[in-house]
Amino acid sequence: MSKRIDVNDLNVYYGDFLAVEGVNMVIEARSVTALIGPSGCGKSTFLRTLNRMHEVIPKAYVTGKAVMDGQDLYGPGVDPVEVRRQVGMVFQRPNPFPTMSIADNVLAGVRLNNRRISRSDATDLVERSLTGANLWNEVKDRLDRPGSSLSGGQQQRLCIARAIAVEPQVLLMDEPCSALDPISTLAIEDLIAELKNNYTIVIVTHNMQQAARVSDRTGFFNIAGTGKPGHLIEMDDTTTMFSTPSVKATEDYISGRFG
Amino acid sequence: MAVTDSPPSEPEAPPKVRAGRAPGRLGNRVFQGISTASGIFILVILAAVAIFLLVRAWPAVTAAPSAFEDVGFMLGRDLWSWVWPLLFGTAISSVIALVVAVPLSIGIGLFISHYAPRRLAQGLGYLIDLLAAIPSVIFGLWGIQWLQPLVSPLFTWLSTNPATAWLEENVGPTIFSGYQAPARNILTAGLVLAIMVLPIITATVREVFLQTPRLHEEASLALGATRWEMIRQAVLPFGRSGVISATMLGLGRALGETMAVLMVLSPGYLINFFLLQPGQHQSIAANIASHFPEASGIGVDALIASGLILFVMTFGVNLVARWIIARRAEFSGAN
Ligand SMILES: Nc1ncnc2c1ncn2[C@@H]1O[C@H](COP(=O)(O)OP(=O)(O)OP(=O)(O)O)[C@@H](O)[C@H]1O
Ligand SMILES: [Mg+2]
Repeated sequence: MSKRIDVNDLNVYYGDFLAVEGVNMVIEARSVTALIGPSGCGKSTFLRTLNRMHEVIPKAYVTGKAVMDGQDLYGPGVDPVEVRRQVGMVFQRPNPFPTMSIADNVLAGVRLNNRRISRSDATDLVERSLTGANLWNEVKDRLDRPGSSLSGGQQQRLCIARAIAVEPQVLLMDEPCSALDPISTLAIEDLIAELKNNYTIVIVTHNMQQAARVSDRTGFFNIAGTGKPGHLIEMDDTTTMFSTPSVKATEDYISGRFG
Repeated sequence: MAVTDSPPSEPEAPPKVRAGRAPGRLGNRVFQGISTASGIFILVILAAVAIFLLVRAWPAVTAAPSAFEDVGFMLGRDLWSWVWPLLFGTAISSVIALVVAVPLSIGIGLFISHYAPRRLAQGLGYLIDLLAAIPSVIFGLWGIQWLQPLVSPLFTWLSTNPATAWLEENVGPTIFSGYQAPARNILTAGLVLAIMVLPIITATVREVFLQTPRLHEEASLALGATRWEMIRQAVLPFGRSGVISATMLGLGRALGETMAVLMVLSPGYLINFFLLQPGQHQSIAANIASHFPEASGIGVDALIASGLILFVMTFGVNLVARWIIARRAEFSGAN
């Protein structure tokens, strides 16, 4: 259960403002794709178009194509709700539902759209998802405690458990470790390495070492100046990107000699 | 290092922790004084009201039952058998008001906060606030002139439809039995109250719903929630304690509302659930207003005693609300 995404000539607009222009990208199944680039270049904007989360923002829209295993994500009659079930998302700040217990948080997505789940299935799924997110051992004795009673790193893993509980094809992560300490960050990175056996993962990060450690392919976004649209400058295997990138700007950015 | 033309300055003495008082101390003190005084002032007022009620009600509370025989409006009853029906009337009219107003307010609040386009939402918001500014006498007039004729056919139907008739025949009288026009009954009063408490509840829940963290809404949507599911998953749980507070605000207003009930309801002093019959119920506040001018002696004390009970009732309602909110504070998102 993982699919590849082909992005073709994608433009993203916020009203009149063209935020990201002309992205062509192949996101391979069962791999980790890292998106890097300076602040404001449109990484989050682009990422959110992959599960149509940009539509939450009034007046935001895209032109171009994003095709997941032959299915056009923007095709007529495609329900964004369905797209988001297939393409899950983990946010920069951990956001478990504070009004729900840990177990209910894991089941939050499964219970949507009138889906019913028997109690024993639910128990299994909670254990499976939390184990998948490397959190089971830490929380198995307090599944009925509120999700907000966990540490930041645990909360983020809870969010990952919640995202994988609905068995998506693709998992998008927008700076999932930027609010975490180094140890929690390592825990999440290990988790990403495991998850890629089953999922297609796209991760935005500001941390070069992290991109180098976890990803198979890396895409570098850049922006010519404020008010200009962001572009995908270069995309290649991570090892190539970090050793011999073909564009000078990539090399400057990666080596820290930037702007 | 930036290079400057200025000559090298001699090494400065390291900054010391300044002795003496920090500047702005006075402002702090003044402000603290004012806010403490305001807090105490509120407590004092509350205590003064409570003490006034207690002191003035005491003669009635301790009087022998026979003492009230001469008080005309008490119909020869002693204090408690006179007050219970009033308490009941107050409670039932307020409950009707909340049963109607709370779901409606949540609906309107959600529509304004999460469904309506920006412009429309703003307009609606103003409209609701305007509704709050209408004096209750006007609501009373409106209830008599407009609402009563409007609901009369509905009430007739409720009272005479086959289901009610069947129940009356086989089980006994229902809450809808025995409607008599005009609709000067407790249900009409409750409906008028519902309209009156609608603005305050709507305005409060709308604010609460608007404060739902974007993060939680997006968490829900990213899991594949529809808008309504997102509202159930993120907005309503987050707004739960706010909805309870808003309900209590509304209840406070409904319990104490005098004019509209006085004008709409044909009073009675019974305890029953015949919502559509006139002359069955009366609320404490409306009762005080209608009898205070003619009351004298122990009658005044009795009315004040009923006021004390209303006071205690509102107080109790608030305590319970707080307890409900506190009980699940851990899951509230405030931490
Ligand atoms: N909701 C929005 N409405 C209008 N413009 C937006 C919105 N969100 C982002 N933008 C604009 O789109 C551009 C790209 O923003 P985006 O958040 O995608 O950058 P980013 O690469 O994720 O930056 P960062 O690394 O700081 O997260 C910026 O110019 C930003 O101002
Ligand atoms: Mg971003």
